[in-house]
Amino acid sequence: MYWQLEIVLFLFLIVTAASALWVRNLVTAVIVLSVFSFFSALLYVAMGAVDVGFTEAVVGAGISGVLMLVALFKTWRRSSD
Amino acid sequence: MKTHRSNPIVSLVSRMVSPFIMMFALYVIFHGHYSPGGGFQGGTLIAAAIILVRLSEGSDTAQLQFSRSWGTPLGSLGVLIYFGTGLAAVFMGGRFLDYAALHLAHHASMSRSYGILLVEIGVGLAVTAILVSIYDNLLEGEADA
Repeated sequence: MYWQLEIVLFLFLIVTAASALWVRNLVTAVIVLSVFSFFSALLYVAMGAVDVGFTEAVVGAGISGVLMLVALFKTWRRSSD
Repeated sequence: MKTHRSNPIVSLVSRMVSPFIMMFALYVIFHGHYSPGGGFQGGTLIAAAIILVRLSEGSDTAQLQFSRSWGTPLGSLGVLIYFGTGLAAVFMGGRFLDYAALHLAHHASMSRSYGILLVEIGVGLAVTAILVSIYDNLLEGEADA
């Protein structure tokens, strides 16, 4: 709809994706990935795909962050062998 | 999560917010054919409300809200509702998932609307149960996760 808004959202997407790769702390990476997901949901809504944006907000920012956090808490930094 | 400490503010807020998220999820499911949303989104919202209480209260206390053993039966029931709606249309002389053949209302369009509602309820049940059981299976074996 508004191309200026879309460009800003794309910039935020790039920044959050790069910082999710950049940070050393894995919990921080999961949170930043949820933020990435939320911005992509905003981008879908700005492009007029409300249904896809809703799904992305619910699944990406809600459930997948929690599941990745649980997976992180079940793993260790060092291997046992 | 590993060492569960109860915090009254976190526990009260999550227990208060959880029913409202479920209410919104029911709205999303039952208006899925008029507005954005539907069975998948609504089911995911219900699962998010259940997982929120599990995160704040610990899985053992949260069994009172949604038991660990309900995951597989409710998921299977959801798939059966979906498949049964399709098969009922076949048995009543239509094609698979041909809601107009179900004759749920006088007009074919209203019959399709109710048929889609049945399918959405099935999808919502299945998605809720499977997402919660994914969370439970990931945390299986923890003391009070």
